[in-house]
Amino acid sequence: MTVILKTENLNKVYRRGGLVAGKSITALNDVNITVESDKPVVIAVVGESGSGKTTLAKTLLRLETPTSGRAIVYDTVVAGQGATPSKRAFLGLVQPIFQNPFEAFSRYRPVDAYLQETARRVAGMGDDAAEAAVAAALRSVGLDYGDVRGKYTSQFSGGELQRISVARALIPNPKLIVADEPVSMIDASRRMIIINLFKRLRDDAGRSFLYITHDLATAYYISDYIAVMNKGQVVEFGPAREVMNNPSHAYTRLLLDSIPTIKSRWRPRLAHAG
Amino acid sequence: MIRLNDLKISYRIANRTIDAVDGVSLTIPDGCIVGIAGESGSGKSTLMKAIYGDIQAPMHISRGSIDYDFQGADGRPVTTQTIRRQWFKSISYIPQSSMNSLNPVIRIGRQFTDFPGTDSNKKRVLEQARTYLGKLGLPPEVMESYPHQLSGGMRQRVMIGLATFFQPDLIIADEPTTALDVVVQKEILMLLMELQEEMGNTILVVSHDMGVHYQVTHKMLIMYAGRVVEYGDTESVFGDPQHPYTKMLIDSLPTIGDDSMRGVIASAAGAGGDRAFRAEPVLVEVKPNHFVARAPQPDNVLA
Repeated sequence: MTVILKTENLNKVYRRGGLVAGKSITALNDVNITVESDKPVVIAVVGESGSGKTTLAKTLLRLETPTSGRAIVYDTVVAGQGATPSKRAFLGLVQPIFQNPFEAFSRYRPVDAYLQETARRVAGMGDDAAEAAVAAALRSVGLDYGDVRGKYTSQFSGGELQRISVARALIPNPKLIVADEPVSMIDASRRMIIINLFKRLRDDAGRSFLYITHDLATAYYISDYIAVMNKGQVVEFGPAREVMNNPSHAYTRLLLDSIPTIKSRWRPRLAHAG
Repeated sequence: MIRLNDLKISYRIANRTIDAVDGVSLTIPDGCIVGIAGESGSGKSTLMKAIYGDIQAPMHISRGSIDYDFQGADGRPVTTQTIRRQWFKSISYIPQSSMNSLNPVIRIGRQFTDFPGTDSNKKRVLEQARTYLGKLGLPPEVMESYPHQLSGGMRQRVMIGLATFFQPDLIIADEPTTALDVVVQKEILMLLMELQEEMGNTILVVSHDMGVHYQVTHKMLIMYAGRVVEYGDTESVFGDPQHPYTKMLIDSLPTIGDDSMRGVIASAAGAGGDRAFRAEPVLVEVKPNHFVARAPQPDNVLA
């Protein structure tokens, strides 16, 4: 079996202020997650704001160096001691999708320039190969290169732009895509398009996803494994169904109880005056 | 009570006219929370803007009218033309993103005294605001803080505080909790429900989340392509949805613990533009307080 994702005693401490009077904030506190599987998986990381979800993503993307511990993606150490892959090899293994696609792309540059650049610089393709790779990546997210070429961010909706982000991430053929709140800036009625796209890419194209979200319903919908984070710690981790159907930690239960469902009401709705 | 009379709101862009709201007639009674659902482009926000009275070119009311059943400070009935004077007095607005709506360079306290026409005694207003924010579960230091020093949930509480400070008759909340995580969302929604029960006013809540609607609303208004497809008591709309679009909205909610739903939900937009969802601007009362749009007549489908 392949080690898809493994973190070993991953710690990240941010320091603020001086050495003496400074304050330190533990964003990741001994995070240990192991996912081994032969098939590609979607791993969801859920928790409230400030729980360390984004720091975990940044560490896996090498945007932050862990204070101690290490992280392994597809049998390669990517962060911490012994992290050897070159930048190019790393970007061919792990690719990001960010929360706000309007901020991920510059307003002053056509978006396909980013896709072209990823194909040339990261995947090391020539002109023709890059052109074909961009077209293929856009096709796999349901877009036509002809409709995207030369356009700027303002000419797309959030959902379209996020699909373009996904297409860009696919170009170097990564094994794992780290998506940090990929749907929270998108209109809710369009969110399922992105979520279903992840599912399709997992099943048909063999990509694994680390899906960071605070939306437990979509996490349950697509993920194979779920890690629940609170105050820098993973308080519960396991197969998605097990964790969500039989939560063992109080914090997981609190999260689940806070979801507005159409099954039972938090408080009775009194009859209104009208 | 707010009455919409065959309301049609259009945007005139170049030589084209787009009817964002196309013939809506209904009555919103006093003292209830009304949820408005529908996908992007269905006319929800345009309708809310029109009710709020924020009508600016290229948007205009091309037919029909809105009757408000309350009076302004001068004792005269409020109309679309005069409603601006009631903003943040008898009608207020809770926007979607609290970060962009609070003035980033002014302390929270000052934002309470910033409205034109509030009590000229700033000190008294500040004291009242401090007490009021305390009631909403915010620490007193908030008054001296800048918006960026507060968390998203605290900022949204401040926005709700600003919107309800003058006990308005009508509050319009546009996706009040979308940017918040579930635990904070629940707190904010509970707060909104408590305040509404206390003040007995009318709140219009726009949300994409049918779960939120089920939790907080008394009445539901479902829009599709500029028209109302279903309008009725929440219990009845969720318990016995009549229109195919309403059914799809309720069914498209991923539910935890329901394994049959895993991985099979069609996206709402995938079904968008479906003729089955199009409706005539005529509502038929199928049950007491539960209205459904008449299905389109074959001749009018393409019109």
